[in-house]
Amino acid sequence: MRIVFKTSYDRDIDLHEHGWSRAKIAVLLGIMILLPFLVGEYYLAEATNTLIWALAGMGLMIAVGHTGQVSLGHAAFLSIGAYTDAALMNAGLPFLVAFPAAGLVAGLFGAVIAIPAVRMSGIYLAIATLAVFVIVEELVILLEPITGGVGGTMAPSITFFGISFDRYGALQNFYWLILGVVALVTWGYANLMRSPTGRSFLAVRDSEVSARALGINVTRTKALAFGLSSGVTGLAGALMGHYIGFFNYELFSIFISINLLLVVTIGGLGFIQGAFLGAILITGMPQLIAIMRDGLNASTGIDLGSIPGLDTMMFSVILILFIIFEPTGLYGRWLKIRTYFEIFPLARRDMFRRQKSYLKTERMK
Amino acid sequence: MELLQLMIGGLANGCIYGLVALGFVLIYKASEGVNFAQGDMMMLGAFVALGLGNSAQMGLSFWLAVPIAIVIMFGVGWGVERVVVRRIFGQPQFALVILTIAMGFVFRFVAGSIWGYTPLVLETPFAGQNLRGGGIVISVSDLITIGVTIALTLGLWAFFAFTRIGLAAQAASQNQMAAYIVGVPVMRINSIIWGLSGAVATVAGVLYATRGAIDPNIGLLGIKAFAAAVIGGLGSLPGALLGGIIIGVVEPIAGRYAPGELAIMSPYIIMLIVLVTRPGGLFAQMHAKKV
Amino acid sequence: MSLLEVKDLAVHFGGVKAVDGVSFKVDPGEVFAIIGPNGAGKSTIFNLISRIYEPTRGTIHFDGRNITGLKAHDIASLGIARTFQNIELFDHSTVLANLLMGRHTHRSTNFVQDILFLPKVRRAEREHRRRVEEVIEFLELEAYRKKMIAGLPYGVRKVVEIGRALAIGPKLILLDEPASGLSVEETQDVAFWIEDMRRDMGLTVLMVEHDMSLVNQVSDRVLAVANGKPLAEGTPQEVQADPHVQAAYLGTPEEDAA
Repeated sequence: MRIVFKTSYDRDIDLHEHGWSRAKIAVLLGIMILLPFLVGEYYLAEATNTLIWALAGMGLMIAVGHTGQVSLGHAAFLSIGAYTDAALMNAGLPFLVAFPAAGLVAGLFGAVIAIPAVRMSGIYLAIATLAVFVIVEELVILLEPITGGVGGTMAPSITFFGISFDRYGALQNFYWLILGVVALVTWGYANLMRSPTGRSFLAVRDSEVSARALGINVTRTKALAFGLSSGVTGLAGALMGHYIGFFNYELFSIFISINLLLVVTIGGLGFIQGAFLGAILITGMPQLIAIMRDGLNASTGIDLGSIPGLDTMMFSVILILFIIFEPTGLYGRWLKIRTYFEIFPLARRDMFRRQKSYLKTERMK
Repeated sequence: MELLQLMIGGLANGCIYGLVALGFVLIYKASEGVNFAQGDMMMLGAFVALGLGNSAQMGLSFWLAVPIAIVIMFGVGWGVERVVVRRIFGQPQFALVILTIAMGFVFRFVAGSIWGYTPLVLETPFAGQNLRGGGIVISVSDLITIGVTIALTLGLWAFFAFTRIGLAAQAASQNQMAAYIVGVPVMRINSIIWGLSGAVATVAGVLYATRGAIDPNIGLLGIKAFAAAVIGGLGSLPGALLGGIIIGVVEPIAGRYAPGELAIMSPYIIMLIVLVTRPGGLFAQMHAKKV
Repeated sequence: MSLLEVKDLAVHFGGVKAVDGVSFKVDPGEVFAIIGPNGAGKSTIFNLISRIYEPTRGTIHFDGRNITGLKAHDIASLGIARTFQNIELFDHSTVLANLLMGRHTHRSTNFVQDILFLPKVRRAEREHRRRVEEVIEFLELEAYRKKMIAGLPYGVRKVVEIGRALAIGPKLILLDEPASGLSVEETQDVAFWIEDMRRDMGLTVLMVEHDMSLVNQVSDRVLAVANGKPLAEGTPQEVQADPHVQAAYLGTPEEDAA
């Protein structure tokens, strides 16, 4: 077990408690930067996809993991981000304007719908977001001049400062661009969580009534959290548009919303790291299933490829198993394993036993 | 006349939304959980009845196949509670939301694996029969749908108002801990309620199937039914039915006089309006939390 | 002039008159206790002062200002802090984070500055931390700084909640049954802390309490309520000697008359 001697409050305020964890992050970032030289085009594209999902996951994590607002409709904000970015770029604006604008539009939209929605609690908010999702999906089809309607639209190639960041022509640059965005957002998110704003999110999540008693304006805090959440998700949507290239409303289906929920739940609710772990899982799983399926086909002749919907089915089963057996997600499981070894051999079986809580009615809010 | 015709079709549709919504309300009343797999349970129920009744499958008589399907789906609902839902007792509410969404996908996969993804038609004794009068055509299946829905809603209402289990279920939803202490078998009641909602879902599924072909994706209708339950107020049985009918009637009328996209949006727009103006639904059950 | 003045306060829930015409004044630097049997409306009075409930009639003045129309989240910045009867802490955060949340009314940065973590934010954080450390030292919570609330014993959580209220830096602190569920030793600690809050921090304390030994030990004046109505007001001894109060507690036929 590591003992940290603290000589100033800054040690607690800093992002990292000790140099070792700072070094680990630096090494990880270094590997990520060098990745284009380590793997081929195919896996680099997959890594890009994972980063985009991690970004979207962070977006949803702000709402679900840190403010306790469940959203079943976050695909709507992906969609708003993607279409705003594509439409602005098609109108001739540069990426450096269109991209932040996409986040801003998605964020403002999220904050605006959050203001009436925050009056609702728990389950009602989840339903309202579902409704917003359906409405946005239909609006996308209706607004054909901007969105291309059912036919879809094209996210143009990115170029700025004379450098191409084209998804196909310059995949390395495209990857670095996304890595940069993800790193920046992660840094901002981590900052948020060590500051008064982040603490007010947690306060609202855990007890609204005492948050009020401490002077926290619950409505404003929730709207801010939801706005930030949808803004970050909008940024991810814009990048997703560029990653796919040509897309229509079907890219942002209800299943994407569900997959996003999967990312944050399986990754670990309430941990920024969870968004990354969840994203790795959700983008890596189809690969893994495909490899296993091919192996099974070659060795036994059983063709699982002929069963439609197997991927979704397996995701669902994994999700069910996680919720039942490890509700803290992958990151929570990791924390337990780490603690076990740090204090070895002092760990006890029931150390992490969850407190039994009984259902309190939500009608009494 | 056209409007009246649309409204009758919408009424029957609305009854089905209402029945699926009843399933939501049942579970919400008992455990304050929301079963997002309710639509998929409806789908599964319809397929089980189809598997038992259609001549190309097991070929039982329709009147035998439907009760058996209802019993089987009661078992499925009961089993889901026993095996899965019970294990997350005490976790935050949204855990159940995600869990049941995932379960819906599993149901869809199961149905797709057994019955395939091409639409199938349930064979019924009253298929294609219509009643005519005054320029209006009413199909027998619409009439049956409306009749069964009314009967079932009354039955469920009586169940919660008068039977021991129904009253105990209501007590459990107010405060599980307290109900447990005074001797309400909270766990057993939850299982029964889940079974019951599986049975109601099957009735809804069969009624749906009498009016058109079914495939494993009809469970997505659950989202619309959900809007119905919310419009009515999640804890209210008559509210669910009313919400279903409102949606069922508005949808075809909007589809007739407005662009198709607006018709698809209409249930959700109504729901949002209700949520914003009356956050607890038309039959709200919200109180301030005691601190 | 009195710090808190409650005049003819009443709230009805449906047909139930939870609080019905309660008036009292709390002077600066005073420890004022509200006592009464279960369901007498004591906590409801607290919830009215902290604006969680809307009064049916009556007014609440704090520091000469009418606060009856304010929102619940406006109360803390005036200098009114409170604790809850059933402990409402942020369970999935550490003790330190809980106490820092108590500093919300003193925040000087907006969310954009927070995301960028400008030097200004760091300076403010140091100041918040310094203030919180004072509270930690006062309540002897050093050993629990980095512990999650969810794993703490009841008695400690109770103290953390008092700490969070103190972190606001209030003029008036409302303690809702600070001694309930505590051992004799812990209750004695609470008594000393209340004394210190008044003497060293210059706080005014308004508390609801069942434990009469604590009430006798620390309070200057006591208001007894029953069925939402005031019964008697005075020193602890006077109130306990009052026949109406004795009747309300012992449940003689006079109860109905009161």
